[in-house]
Amino acid sequence: MTTSQANNPLGPGYDNVAGSVKRFRDVFRDTLRAEMIRDEDVFLMGEDISGGFDRDTKEPLDAWGGPFAATKGLVQEFGPERIRDAPISEAGFVGAAIGSALTGLRPVVDLMYFDFVTVAFDQLLSNAAKSRYMFGGQTRVPLTLFARSGAGTGHAAQHSESFYSMLAHIPGLKVVVPSDPYSVKGLLAAAIRDDDPVFLVNDKKLINLDGFVPDEDYVIELGKGRYLRRGSDVTLVGMSYTSVACQKAADQLAEIGVDAEVIDMMSLSPFDEDILIESVQKTNNVVIVDEDTPRASMASEFAAVIADKAFDHLDGPIKRVTAPHAPVPYNRDLENAFMPQPEDVVGTVKNLLGRE
Amino acid sequence: MDISKEKLEWIYTTMYRIRRFEETMLEQTFKGNSMGVTHPSDGQEAPPTGICAHLTDKDWIGSTHRGHGHCIAKGLDTSAMMAEIMGKATGQCGGKGGSMHIADFSKGMLGANAIVGASIPLAVGAALTAKYKGIENESVGVSFFGDGASSQGVLHESMNLAAVWKLPVIFACENNGYAEATPAWYAVSTDDIASRAEGYGMPGVVVDGMDVFAVYDAAGEAIARARAGEGPTFLELKTYRYHGHFHADDTKKYRKPDEEEFYQQKDPLKHFEKTVTKQKLMTAKKLKSIRDDIEQEMLDAVEFGLNSPMPDASSLYEDVYVNYSNPIPGLR
Repeated sequence: MTTSQANNPLGPGYDNVAGSVKRFRDVFRDTLRAEMIRDEDVFLMGEDISGGFDRDTKEPLDAWGGPFAATKGLVQEFGPERIRDAPISEAGFVGAAIGSALTGLRPVVDLMYFDFVTVAFDQLLSNAAKSRYMFGGQTRVPLTLFARSGAGTGHAAQHSESFYSMLAHIPGLKVVVPSDPYSVKGLLAAAIRDDDPVFLVNDKKLINLDGFVPDEDYVIELGKGRYLRRGSDVTLVGMSYTSVACQKAADQLAEIGVDAEVIDMMSLSPFDEDILIESVQKTNNVVIVDEDTPRASMASEFAAVIADKAFDHLDGPIKRVTAPHAPVPYNRDLENAFMPQPEDVVGTVKNLLGRE
Repeated sequence: MDISKEKLEWIYTTMYRIRRFEETMLEQTFKGNSMGVTHPSDGQEAPPTGICAHLTDKDWIGSTHRGHGHCIAKGLDTSAMMAEIMGKATGQCGGKGGSMHIADFSKGMLGANAIVGASIPLAVGAALTAKYKGIENESVGVSFFGDGASSQGVLHESMNLAAVWKLPVIFACENNGYAEATPAWYAVSTDDIASRAEGYGMPGVVVDGMDVFAVYDAAGEAIARARAGEGPTFLELKTYRYHGHFHADDTKKYRKPDEEEFYQQKDPLKHFEKTVTKQKLMTAKKLKSIRDDIEQEMLDAVEFGLNSPMPDASSLYEDVYVNYSNPIPGLR
C-alpha cells in the first residue's frame, strides 16, 4: 500500500510512500523493539512491563506485558536485564535511570499513567533536566520516558491527566505528543536516539487507533509540527488526541463550507513556531485545541507566540478550546463534557467566523 | 596496620587537602570572592577519604550540598573547584554550577546535588550500568548523604532497588548529627541509622566517622562485597562538622560548646598523625612536607580563581540541551 491509497498522515507532498495500515499500540511496540535491536545500550524499565515472575524458576512471566500490553513479548526476546520490571518506586527508578544515562546507557522508562510523573518529579526536574547545564556541559542525559495521558476511558482524576505543559515549562526536557501510528513511530525513535531527556506522552484514546505507517526506518525531527490538512479559512491547532478531534471538526466544517487547515504540533518542547505563524498568516483565524486545563497551558503558550509574531495577520481573537480548570471527572457524561469535542471546535469556529 | 605507605600518604594528603580547602574557601567567601552560599565539610574528612581510598576513576560517587570533601577525595582539581566557587569560566563547571554542583565525570564524580537525597538514586543507576555491562568488579556506585537525607523517601526507594536488584552500591551516610539546625536525635527515629539496613536485607555497619582507619576498613569490606557481586552495604559514619550548615551559620545558636570540644578531641587529622607517628609508619617530617605542599596548592588555587575570567555572557544559553531546534532567549 502507498500513501496515495491510504489517508495520508504525512500531509501534502508525500505521495506514493510504501507502507501499511497498522495499529498505534503495535507500532509503538515494534518501534521500541527496533530501537533495542539497533542499540544494545537501550533498555526498558517500569512497573509490570513484563509483569509477574514464576514462583519456582524466578523467570519473568510476561503476564501483563506492560500497561495496556504495550511491551508484550519483549521480555522473551531481550530478557529481564533489558526489560527490567521495577518495584513501585517512581522516584527511585527514574533516578536510577538518570544515573544509568549519566554513565553510558540509554534507558527508556515506562511511567504507566502520566499522573505518576509527579511522584518522580524531583528527579526529572532537578537531575534529568539540569545535570547538563549545571555541570557546565560535561554530561548528557539520553533518557526517554513515556506515559499514558488523557480522559475518556473512565480512569478518573488520578489516571487521566494531560498536564504536559508542566513538562514543557522545564528547560532541559523535551516533550513530544504523537497523535497517530505514523507520528509515534518517528517520535519514539527520535526520542530514544536523542541525547537529551525526552518525555513522550501518549493519549490513551490513541492506543487502538489505526493509521498508515511507512515501512522505512525514519525519525521525526523533534520540534517540528505538520499539516494534516490544508485549508484557507481557519487554522485548527491540535496536539496529541486533539489533533484527531481537529480533523473530525474540519470534516464537519467542510460540510458547511468552511475550509479549515489542521496543524498537528507533535512536539511541545521544542515546538514549531514557524508552522503556527505560516498558517495564521494565510488563514488569519486560529483555534487552538488542548485537552490540558487552560491556565498556563500549551494552548496559552501557542496563543502568546501567535499574538506576538502574527498579530497583524489576525482577523479575530485567538481562540482556545480546552478542558475546564478542573480535575478529570469519573462519570461518563461529565468526562465527555470535560474533553474538547469536535462539536466544541466547530462551535468556536462558527462564532469566530460569524457563521450560523 | 594493613595499609601501604603510599596509601597512608594519600590518605593524609587528601584529608589535609579537604581541611585546608574548606578553611581557604571560607576565607575567600568572607572576603566576598565566592558568589554564593557554601557548605563547609571540615571535620568530616574521614568518610570521603577512607571510602574513596578504595575507588578508581571507573567507580562513581554521588554527593551533596556539602560536597567539597567528596570531590577532593575523588581526585578533582582544587584550582578548578575554587574557580567554580568563585563563579569563573575556568571553574569545574564553567561557573554555572557553583559550590553545590561541582562534578567531574572523567573522575567518576556524578555531581554534587543540592536537593537533599536526590543524588542517591543516581549512584544506584551508575551501579545498574555496571551490572548491565557486567563490570561490577571495576565499577561500583557510592552515594554520600547525611542524616538529613535519611528521612527522604528516595533513600528508602533506592535501598530497596539496590537490594532487590543486588547492585554494587555503598550507601554512605555521613551522620554529623545535624540536618541544618535540627539535631538527629529529634528528627531521626533511631539511634543508629544503619539499623534500617536490616529491613532492606543488606548489611548495615556503624563506623566511627572521625577515625579514617575505621572508615577505611569498613569501606574496604563493603566495596569488596560490591565488586564481588554480593550487593549493597549501608555504612553509617558518625562524624561532625566543625562549621555551621552554611558559611554564615552560627552553630552557637543550636550546639553546646562541650559537644564541639568533644569532637575537636577526636579530630580526624590529629588522630591520624598520632597513630602513624606512634606506630612509626610516617615521620613528622613527611607529614609536614605534605602540609607544606598543600599550603602552596591552596595559594595557587586562590590565585587561579581570582585571576580567572568571568564566563562569557553567551554561556547563559549554552548546554541547556545537547541540541534544541530553536533556543529560547528570555523574552524582552
